[in-house]
Amino acid sequence: MTDQEKIKEIRKSIVSMVHNAGVSHIGAAFSIIEILYVLYFKAMKLNPSQPQDPTRDIFVLSKGHASAALYATLAHRGYFPIEDLMTYCVEDGKLPGHLDKDSCPGVEVSAGSLGHGAPVALGMALARSKTPTKDLSGKAPDARLARSPGGAGPKLAVANEDERNAADGPLRQIYTLVGDGECNEGSIWEMAMLAPNLGLNNFTVIIDYNKIQSFGNTNDIIDQSNLVERWASFGWDAVEIDGHNLEQIEQALSKTSSKPKAIVAHTTKGKGVSFMEDQLLWHYKSPNDEQYKQALEELS
Amino acid sequence: MRKTFIDTLIELARKDPKIFLITADMGFNVLEPFAEEFPDRFLNTGITEQATVSMAAGLALSGYKPYVYSITPFVTMRCYEQVRLNVAYMNANVKLIGVGAGFEYGVAGATHHAIEDISLMRSLPNMQVLCPGDNLEAKALLEQSARHHKPSYIRIGRNPDPFYHAEDSKIELGKASILNQGQDLAIITTSNTLGLGKAKLEAMQAEGKNPYLISMHTIKPFDKEIIHKLIKEEVEIISIEENNIIGGLGSAIAEVIAESGQAVKFKRLGIPDEFTHHIGNQNYHRKRYGLN
Repeated sequence: MTDQEKIKEIRKSIVSMVHNAGVSHIGAAFSIIEILYVLYFKAMKLNPSQPQDPTRDIFVLSKGHASAALYATLAHRGYFPIEDLMTYCVEDGKLPGHLDKDSCPGVEVSAGSLGHGAPVALGMALARSKTPTKDLSGKAPDARLARSPGGAGPKLAVANEDERNAADGPLRQIYTLVGDGECNEGSIWEMAMLAPNLGLNNFTVIIDYNKIQSFGNTNDIIDQSNLVERWASFGWDAVEIDGHNLEQIEQALSKTSSKPKAIVAHTTKGKGVSFMEDQLLWHYKSPNDEQYKQALEELS
Repeated sequence: MRKTFIDTLIELARKDPKIFLITADMGFNVLEPFAEEFPDRFLNTGITEQATVSMAAGLALSGYKPYVYSITPFVTMRCYEQVRLNVAYMNANVKLIGVGAGFEYGVAGATHHAIEDISLMRSLPNMQVLCPGDNLEAKALLEQSARHHKPSYIRIGRNPDPFYHAEDSKIELGKASILNQGQDLAIITTSNTLGLGKAKLEAMQAEGKNPYLISMHTIKPFDKEIIHKLIKEEVEIISIEENNIIGGLGSAIAEVIAESGQAVKFKRLGIPDEFTHHIGNQNYHRKRYGLN
């Protein structure tokens, strides 16, 4: 199966999940499929049969309402049986509407309320940072407490034996994906200010810039048309890509940097099904039988 | 009690390399000894409580044992949803250290008073709530909670609090401490009202009476047994707390009494359901609200 065929299969699973459960957020799920596909099928070091492998790379979906996209990607990647996807949002099912890390293998962080997952991911990146202890101690503790503006803050070393041993291997990468609407949350910008001070080179934030949020167009509500400049000005290595172009995604993810990376991915809400694309309605609507059939046809 | 906290944490950190101390820009003149001894396990994250608590959860999910330190309202209420979802919901082993119980930041005003924290933290699933009443309790509860892989909120006093317990008292997390065994009344305190309870005990003893003095240093899990024992002994109960009268120690006791199917005389002392607009130190506010 080609990449594009697999991606269509993932989208078909999602249409079936939301149709079966009569729920939505399908638009928000469809805008990130290519990004998740590249992460789970190309970029990340992972082992679906050992989801807790301590040497794995980690992905945190901060915009937890797009959970269907993560579940479908995980299932197609072999974390759990594809049949389980039909337990999404149904009574006594396995897969809740917003993420619960105890629900199925591969979900690293519970998320759903916006602005939470990304700073949790920052802590995970810090825990796996390879900054050696000795490099930290150049400054007196007092200097650490009163950091000079714009200066590097205290850098944490890996502090326990397991982490140290694991850190001897390749540096583990932590990726998180936030929505553009989610960037309205103050906690995202606290995290954005903080991360560059921690000297991390294993942390990537992907911004799903689909330009539609709950109740309107993102830039009509709070203008953030200069997202790339914003992240760059906070000290991030920020780039802009087409979030549906596999090559561009892969290239942006694999680029190394001494700073944390921000990838602003231009995407289309509802991507892949003509009548769902760029429509606020499909943040809320679940396809009826006819729409379900049409969506499957378009994805075949 | 802040000194007891940092001294105890340093001792714990010497034995456990996973312990981390993170401050959201608080702790001047308190945290420096830890920062000096463990520069690679100390971090000032700036005034970013929401990101800080979440980041701590990420560290905890990766096997570390982060302690997050700030003034109580800022480490509990400013980031309450972060505590709820990233710490409590994910059962992440983060210890939240709130400094300044009740009116300890007296003249600073209501922004800095901690009067709802016990009620709020108590209602979070998975969250342990520890409110030491003196330095002995603080040390013991810090040591014991460090062994539990559980989210905990620890309410620390700002002042160099005295010791009320005898030096060899055994403090057990989850079990009320009986400082005086009595029969005429049961005075139950939590956190910084232990001193008030002790004063009340001494005043009653001077009158020839002998009340219980009980420190409920663990608000959650709550020691129901001691309340059942008092009900059985038909001892009148009075609770004293520097927390809103809604949802704290008194409420927890009332819940046990109400569900016991038995009756006992009971009075709650606490902060009435209001913000103070008066200026004064801790004692001033205590006096205004009839706590002492």
